[in-house]
Amino acid sequence: MSAQNYNPLKKWNYWLVFLAAACGLSWVSGLLSSYLLHVVILILYFAFLGSAWNIVSGYAGQFSFGHTAFFGVGAYFSSLLYVESGVSPWIGMIAGGLLAAGLGAFIGYLTFRFKLKGAFFALSTFAFSEMLRIIALNWSVTGKAMGILIPLKQGSSLQDFQFASKLPYYYIILSMLILVLFVSYGLDHSRLGYYFKAIREDEEAAGSLGVNILKYKTIALVISAFFTALGGTFYAQYMFYIDPDIAFGTNVTIEMIVRTMLGGVGTVFGPLIGSAVLESISEVMRSFLGEYKGVHIMFYAVLLILVMIFFPHGVMGLVKKKGKEDSRDITKQHELVGNQESE
Amino acid sequence: MNLLEIKNLSKTFGGLSAVRKVTAHVRRGEILGLIGPNGAGKTTLFNLISGAYLPDSGSIVFEGENVEGMADYQISQRGICRTYQIVKPFNNLTVLENVLVGAFNKTESGKAAKEISLDLLNFVGLYGKRDLVASRLTLAGKKCLELARALATQPKLILLDEVMAGLNPKEQSDAINLILEINRKGISLLVIEHKMKIIMSISKRIIVLHYGEKIAEGSPQEVSRHPEVIEAYLGGKDAVA
Amino acid sequence: MDLRMLLQAIVSGLLAGGVYALIGVGLNLIFGVMKIINFAHGSLLMLGMYSSYWLFTFFKIDPYLSLMITVPLLFLIGVIIQKLLINPIIEYPENNQLVLTMGLMLFLENLALFLWGPDFRTVKVSYVGTVLSIFTVRINLLRFIAFAGGLLLALFLYIFLKKTDMGKAIRASSEEREGALAVGISVKRIHLISFGIGTACVGAAGTLLTPFLYLSPHVGHLFLLTAFMVVVMGGLGSFVGAIMGGFIIGLTESLGAVLLPGSLGQIIPFSLFVIILLFKPTGLFK
Repeated sequence: MSAQNYNPLKKWNYWLVFLAAACGLSWVSGLLSSYLLHVVILILYFAFLGSAWNIVSGYAGQFSFGHTAFFGVGAYFSSLLYVESGVSPWIGMIAGGLLAAGLGAFIGYLTFRFKLKGAFFALSTFAFSEMLRIIALNWSVTGKAMGILIPLKQGSSLQDFQFASKLPYYYIILSMLILVLFVSYGLDHSRLGYYFKAIREDEEAAGSLGVNILKYKTIALVISAFFTALGGTFYAQYMFYIDPDIAFGTNVTIEMIVRTMLGGVGTVFGPLIGSAVLESISEVMRSFLGEYKGVHIMFYAVLLILVMIFFPHGVMGLVKKKGKEDSRDITKQHELVGNQESE
Repeated sequence: MNLLEIKNLSKTFGGLSAVRKVTAHVRRGEILGLIGPNGAGKTTLFNLISGAYLPDSGSIVFEGENVEGMADYQISQRGICRTYQIVKPFNNLTVLENVLVGAFNKTESGKAAKEISLDLLNFVGLYGKRDLVASRLTLAGKKCLELARALATQPKLILLDEVMAGLNPKEQSDAINLILEINRKGISLLVIEHKMKIIMSISKRIIVLHYGEKIAEGSPQEVSRHPEVIEAYLGGKDAVA
Repeated sequence: MDLRMLLQAIVSGLLAGGVYALIGVGLNLIFGVMKIINFAHGSLLMLGMYSSYWLFTFFKIDPYLSLMITVPLLFLIGVIIQKLLINPIIEYPENNQLVLTMGLMLFLENLALFLWGPDFRTVKVSYVGTVLSIFTVRINLLRFIAFAGGLLLALFLYIFLKKTDMGKAIRASSEEREGALAVGISVKRIHLISFGIGTACVGAAGTLLTPFLYLSPHVGHLFLLTAFMVVVMGGLGSFVGAIMGGFIIGLTESLGAVLLPGSLGQIIPFSLFVIILLFKPTGLFK
């Protein structure tokens, strides 16, 4: 039951637009070139990862800079199960997700129990992901620097999560995205979600209202970790190769964060919008400047900086501002370092 | 049995004794006033009761159960809620959403929480502003919101920390009425206040803290004539008239 | 593993620690005074490296001498960044600040990629390969100079902070911002200078590293987390802490490399970092 009284139609609007676009796109997807389809898949894939990150960093306000740890765990686990034991990547995907969820619970319990917040929490998650990267780099099981190559099968095979054309991948990632958006939407309007948001806004006040901070922060991290890992498996099955840098490097983390912040952190559709905008700009830049390494990233870095300065709530913030008269304030809610309690 | 019993509660911060062997009680259904000069340890006492701080020694018994050492959320679930001297609204949530968080303390149903919240918003007079983002409220509005939010947890005891600070006389009068209304519903209150006239008028019993120790306890008349209390306030602006 | 190897590892660690200490005291200013996590800090080091690289390649200026140019240059870059990018968002939620510096990192890295390509480069000074031998411990001259240079510059900074008015103002601002404002210290100017100095330090560290480190647009990544570990482990806001933190990281890195196979040793500084974060987040020396 929606707890928002104002304009319930507005909220549904976003869903309508999204679903309409998804249907429309699916209609013509058969006609799209392989390249264009790849771009669409990338948009949806990054939107998926961003949405997963959004759950703990946007809704619960715990900014994670090590989410690639979960991504890599998912990617490596499902790939290893498949390559070594022939287990279907679908099962591997869920298994990887659960493993990542467990890792999330572990990291969450440690860091939240000791009240790490803000920058300190972000740095500790970064340290964890780096540790995993080093382990993957040095462990024969994960193939060390060589990584893991997913063996190519002839044609398409649903069971092997491999397809000759890009179309099935499109439908899979679209479904995954719809799932995580549903979860986000559900959170936005549920007791769990409100508790997340309360923690984000003011932990102390939330605690005094009966919110078990440790428990709910950890739940947020666990859910987020699960979905992030699913993205890892998708990546592995789409690109057929992972190594420590790809799976545990900073690239994935940055992509997740950048797109979500651009679109509007803490909102359901922010990550998708951010992803669409960024990818489009990337492509436009690429077409103008050719494959000149890094230039298109420079442009979207500049865009990111400008957005952070002038539209701190991202695109969604802008849209909402136009929608209703009360805009959300840009108040500094937590002192970056002052959050570390020391009596 | 008293609603809340504190025995020999103490808390030091790095050598400084903030609260020292304080013994007090709150009777069911009463409004207990808590006064004392700045730095007397009043807010620290609140923090100890609400579970924000861990006491160094002493006991806190609420409804017959020992709660010292419990976390803040556990104490809140047992029926003690508080407001803050410097308001802490959930800035980016709407007024209604703020209260919902409190309501979810006692119910898991979104529908029930919403009903409770809307009722309370009506009670404090914020119903018309329920969809406004909390950061946009006036100070008085934010204080009302904090009150509504605390009430939503269905507490048996509310700790009010200097609710009147920053309010103009009309707002103060409204606040007093609210407090009395809340008490009439059967909720007990422990109120910190600097404005003597107000605390004298709403509470039948007052305790006085000074340098972390309880120096007096009694009716407003008794307390205002207590020599130590007069000395503590040094007959200044906060003179007990 | 014999004693000599252990001794060698300790010495190597200390040498590296000197450079880390310099990076740390610089970041300590930025993090400590402005409370900003600057994700671009590693990229600024990279800029320092490239500056001295080009000065060497085009003008044959010895990297160590080029410090006289790169330090002011990076200081200037830091001031510009602070004025244009950091200042506008100083009151914003920390997430926005983090992402902004992330954007800056992306920009600088890819600018370097665009201008100079992805290839690894090295600077070969005439005295490369010189090794000092003290009590059977081999000390690479270049690393030693980096170590000495790092500590020397840190010492200059220390004197600056302790003895000059500006330095005292900076320290005041980092400890008690409101109080500093109250006594009329221009916090805006302090921020500009702090960020400038912090950038100059990390740029100088880059210059010191140039003679013996492979240079590429992404070299900053290696130092990003390390820089923060140094500062946090030492204790935010503590100058001495940053120095000690630098040595601790240098030592644990080096010992880890000899104690564990492959690059597994790098786990040791990270684990230590997490443990300290959990149990003593204010740092070891605060």
